[in-house]
Amino acid sequence: MLRDADRIFTNLYGQQGRDLKAARARGDWEGTAELIAKGRDWIKEEVKASGLRGRGGAGFPTGVKWGFMPAEGGDRPNIIVVNADEGEPGTCKDRDILRNEPHKLLEGILLACAGTGSHLAYIYIRGEFVREAAILEEAIQEARDAGMLGPDACGSGFSCEVYVHRGAGAYVCGEETGLLTSLEGKKGQPRIKPPFPAQVGVWGCPTTVNNVESIAVVPAICKRGSDWFAGFGRERNTGTKIFCISGHVNRPCNVEESLSIPLKDLIETHAGGVRGGWDNLLAVIPGGSSTPALDKAACEEAVMDFDGLAELGTGLGTAAVVVMDKSTDIVRAVARLSHFYAHESCGQCTPCREGAGWLWRMMERVAAGNARIDELDEMQAVADNISGNTICALGDAAAWPVQGLLKRFRPTLEQHIRDKGKRAA
Amino acid sequence: MTQETTQGPDGFAFTPENLARAREIIARYPAGKQASAVMPLLDLAQRQHGGWLPGAAMDYVAEFLEMPPVRVYEVATFYTMYNKRPVGAHHIKVCTNIACWLRGAEDLMAALRERRGLDNDETDRDGTYTLSEVECLGACVNAPVMQVNDDYYEDLDADSARAVVEALGRGEAPAPGSRTGRQGSAPEGGPTVLTGKGEG
Repeated sequence: MLRDADRIFTNLYGQQGRDLKAARARGDWEGTAELIAKGRDWIKEEVKASGLRGRGGAGFPTGVKWGFMPAEGGDRPNIIVVNADEGEPGTCKDRDILRNEPHKLLEGILLACAGTGSHLAYIYIRGEFVREAAILEEAIQEARDAGMLGPDACGSGFSCEVYVHRGAGAYVCGEETGLLTSLEGKKGQPRIKPPFPAQVGVWGCPTTVNNVESIAVVPAICKRGSDWFAGFGRERNTGTKIFCISGHVNRPCNVEESLSIPLKDLIETHAGGVRGGWDNLLAVIPGGSSTPALDKAACEEAVMDFDGLAELGTGLGTAAVVVMDKSTDIVRAVARLSHFYAHESCGQCTPCREGAGWLWRMMERVAAGNARIDELDEMQAVADNISGNTICALGDAAAWPVQGLLKRFRPTLEQHIRDKGKRAA
Repeated sequence: MTQETTQGPDGFAFTPENLARAREIIARYPAGKQASAVMPLLDLAQRQHGGWLPGAAMDYVAEFLEMPPVRVYEVATFYTMYNKRPVGAHHIKVCTNIACWLRGAEDLMAALRERRGLDNDETDRDGTYTLSEVECLGACVNAPVMQVNDDYYEDLDADSARAVVEALGRGEAPAPGSRTGRQGSAPEGGPTVLTGKGEG
């Protein structure tokens, strides 16, 4: 288990204050000017060397992403946008950073700005997090008043302005180009890439979009060293990570642990184990609702990192672990997710707009016992025709849970159709 | 809902206080990019107008930001948090997505529906409550969860959810957060880590 001394988010649960004074007592805003003085390349290379991969789902190396930002001095300024549009079902980790560690995030934003040649940053926070947005505004004001942010941030001579932008209830805005479109005051419809945001982002300016957690760990990486961060987890899967463990466990919680922790250890050490014991486990969604569910056998061997879960045909996603015990009707569970994706499709791409709705209705038919077994093949075809054929990953996200169910739980699906059909008859 | 009530008033204007606030919001975005303020301004207008956005408020925001009205309508209809018709004083939003669903959100929703005699997205006659089923609220380890106006109520069951709703109806202000006394997202009974004992 990770030692407390190696935990970055020491106020994850809000046991201490979230104000500037309390944050400083935890080591936030310490030596920030010295880090900025080391320069843009040093910060970027340090983040690159730490192996940090994006914590919002896609897992793209953060330092590499920063490297795509152009030199300063062009006609368009560089901009950092923090993705705080946390909405992947099962995921509630960024909320804890926003409400309990806002200064860690702000210090990270300053370093991200220094590491990308940006002097302007926006935090796009989901609209429902009204209280968290207010906490952020308060923290920004505190940091400005104390000179940590503003024209001469931390006395470094580097200017950095940070603003909060609240969303208004649209899951698709968590997709980076949808988020940027929304920030421009439009419907949050994703854009085709390329051009990537680092070339043409918000208002046409070079933009880097990073998840809250990715940014908030940057001060620790720069202060304690990339080697320290890279010392946790396996190669290519380094660092610590906040895991959200929800569903049928005895004690659901968020916890920061080392990446590459075995799934079973994570659940048993921190969440009090599966309700009714490990043998009562049916399935686990390992990384938020879009990642395909693992059956019990796969859960036994699952290692919680990017590569480990990819090997099992699923993904780390946001590291939101949703546990289902044997009382769960997994067909109903996935039907609920299909409803979600159909509801949240932005409607731009036909395969997603139509297909997500078809998947939902087909899943409902199966759940209600009104389907035929050969419809499962049609469902597979519909899912396969969505994934890879849309502008953004929402289409894939709609297809994956269904594809995962067909792959690992086909006998359950067939049994479901037979049993329910009988009962109906 | 009659056409008349959904239409709302003929005119809308920010109060002087909100006007100042609106100018402050616009200043957060680069010059000439004031359209970016459309979301916060619609939110401001909605709060001023008792929780919903009449057409007049959308038109006002459009004029204020020098945007074609249709662009504002697009935004107002795309995002679920803009209410296009009146809502009750307490807008109860129950999450029924996966993490909440696994821990009894459907029972909770059913209990509230039955108690209030309300269907999904329906407002009661005296305008006290609107009950809505919503997608993931992002508080999954404290499931099941509901949001009432700006506040989250967590670790609910049918009884505690009903108690919160009844208290709000009586004009009380039940403290938001966990109904079982948990500290944030720490596990029930206290954290397994960050206990101040050094070893996590």
